Amino acid sequence: MFESLSDRLGSVFKKLKGQGKLSEKNIQDGLKEVRLALLEADVHYKVVKTLIAAIKERAVGQEVLESLTPGQQVVKIVNEELTNLMGGANEEINLGGGHPASIMLVGLQGSGKTTTAGKLAVYLRGQGRKPYLVPADVYRPAAIEQLTKIGKELSIPVYPSDTDSKPEKIAELARIKCAQEGCDTMILDTAGRLHIDDELMAELGRIKATTPPSDILLVADAMTGQDAVNMAKAFNDAMDVGGVILTKMDGDARGGAALSIRSITGKPIKFIGTGEKSNAFEAFHPNRMASRILGMGDVMTLIEKA
Amino acid sequence: AKTRDVLNTPIEDFFITKTELTEDSLEELEETLITADMGVNTVMDLMEPVAEKVNKKQITNSKELRAALTDAMLDLIKPVHENKELPNKKPLVIMVVGVNGVGKTTTIGKLAANFKKQGKKVMLVAADTFRAAAVEQLEIWAERAGVQIVRHRDNSDPAAVAYDGVAAAEARGMDVVIIDTAGRLHTQVNLMEELKKIRRSCHKSLPGSPHETWLVIDANTGQNAVSQAKLFHEAIGVTGMILTKVDGTAKGGIVVSICHDMDVPIRYIGLGEKAEDLREFEAREFIKALF
Ligand SMILES: Nc1nc2c(ncn2[C@@H]2O[C@H](COP(=O)(O)OP(=O)(O)OP(=O)(O)O)[C@@H](O)[C@H]2O)c(=O)[nH]1
Ligand SMILES: Nc1nc2c(ncn2[C@@H]2O[C@H](COP(=O)(O)OP(=O)(O)OP(=O)(O)O)[C@@H](O)[C@H]2O)c(=O)[nH]1
Ligand SMILES: [Mg+2]
Ligand SMILES: [Mg+2]
Repeated sequence: MFESLSDRLGSVFKKLKGQGKLSEKNIQDGLKEVRLALLEADVHYKVVKTLIAAIKERAVGQEVLESLTPGQQVVKIVNEELTNLMGGANEEINLGGGHPASIMLVGLQGSGKTTTAGKLAVYLRGQGRKPYLVPADVYRPAAIEQLTKIGKELSIPVYPSDTDSKPEKIAELARIKCAQEGCDTMILDTAGRLHIDDELMAELGRIKATTPPSDILLVADAMTGQDAVNMAKAFNDAMDVGGVILTKMDGDARGGAALSIRSITGKPIKFIGTGEKSNAFEAFHPNRMASRILGMGDVMTLIEKA
Repeated sequence: AKTRDVLNTPIEDFFITKTELTEDSLEELEETLITADMGVNTVMDLMEPVAEKVNKKQITNSKELRAALTDAMLDLIKPVHENKELPNKKPLVIMVVGVNGVGKTTTIGKLAANFKKQGKKVMLVAADTFRAAAVEQLEIWAERAGVQIVRHRDNSDPAAVAYDGVAAAEARGMDVVIIDTAGRLHTQVNLMEELKKIRRSCHKSLPGSPHETWLVIDANTGQNAVSQAKLFHEAIGVTGMILTKVDGTAKGGIVVSICHDMDVPIRYIGLGEKAEDLREFEAREFIKALF
């Protein structure tokens, strides 16, 4: 739907070829295009501002390389800045601390927590762990049935929660049951909630207090817009999350929310969800994400060859 | 107890404290609109004539600026918003579609309660046979609203459920039939074909149905919602939109961009997880909350 950044920069920089140095003046139009591309990818307005300043600082004064057009050169700088900001690749899940280990999934309504719980269980089983699914969403109609069905399909044991219990109580009892079932890793599915719902945010705190998790993962939708910063900041402030899982990456969303979330929380994106099935789950690669946000996977290979 | 605005500077403040217009006030306004997910292109299209009036001193204070922008946005949303009477059919068949997790099933629960309150006989059709416990979820909503439901086994053909649902509704003298469909990304060609098939089988069951096809959009969605609207519309013809999760901090400005590009009315907004958390869309009120 959107023109790729490299196409746009190509035309902006046509006249720049062979002009020697990149200067504040001659890259101004290029930076405008970069800004537009980032905003169209849903990177938060303020994050874009900071990024543009950093890119400008790096670009100004650089010689225009023989091997690259000025457009490619700016794209290269932008891509590197984005990749850096997004942090290191392949941040693993933290399974240290208590026995059993426990991972808590939190996030807005419909972001993909329950589905991701199943995916995580399969992933951890592949790593030789014995996962135990714990439905702690007592609000959404049929949420417990949903996770129970997922567990059954995947042959992974599920704690028999009921909607009359408090989520923190479920977590506490499930911990004992997990060990009895011969499992070593609890995956706690919590109800979707708004980050401004103080009551439900406090509930997350109580679950955390009764069952200190090895890792708390914020499950966020890749299609999220500008509000990703508010959501991520609030969840992180309340829960001190250990990382992020970005879902629904199988669509055509640019996924600029990844950059917003990373830059506001400083927490790594650990995995991405790429479909509804339990194997549609992959490690996160900052460089791929950067290219996707800019809509230019192709150009980077060109630059790498140059 | 919900505390709004974790990070945003409330734009109301901006309008109250800065009556004189400066270069900065236009930029601040642009920022607010962009952070409401209205999309850069739509924002620029809206701001351009307004900025020109500011330059020509036809607009000199923030009150006038606000009025001018509100009018410009109303022009976008209002024309598509008018003519929202539902077709007079019995049963009226409504199909609800959208990407994963936006709130389709919940909204159907709310709609059922709403129609029921108006004295209508409502039937729900569980044509999401794919997602784990989607049918059970809809059953709970049907029970809450006190309306009937047609369901098949898990993993059965959704088009067959739709056919039976519409037929049963006609036989039992229902006024409204609402068909729940599985969430799907608009880029998944096979699944979009499946929606076409569901439509065809409604038509076979009751010629001319479904009469309405409503696309649910999550207010948290960014620019991708434009692509969603476009592709769902191309595939099956959308006749209305519902914006959900407006009770959060996301503004849902993306629907302004959608209206900028296509001619589909926004019918309802969702404001929570309970049956009563559904409102008819009010353009002026919505715009007021945007900036
Ligand atoms: N295409 C796609 N769909 C996904 C992905 N992850 C989850 N989904 C779908 O998104 C929808 C919502 O997923 P859930 O797992 O129910 O989300 P949740 O966060 O548990 O929702 P609540 O419990 O209601 O807050 C379902 O239709 C899932 O199948 C993904 O990576 N890609
Ligand atoms: N805060 C809030 N939550 C909502 C609203 N509408 C739906 N939800 C929640 O969003 C989550 C997903 O809702 P569903 O109705 O299951 O969404 P869906 O589109 O049917 O999902 P799939 O069938 O999996 O694609 C649930 O937790 C709902 O309670 C709303 O207006 N406000
Ligand atoms: Mg869930
Ligand atoms: Mg549903």
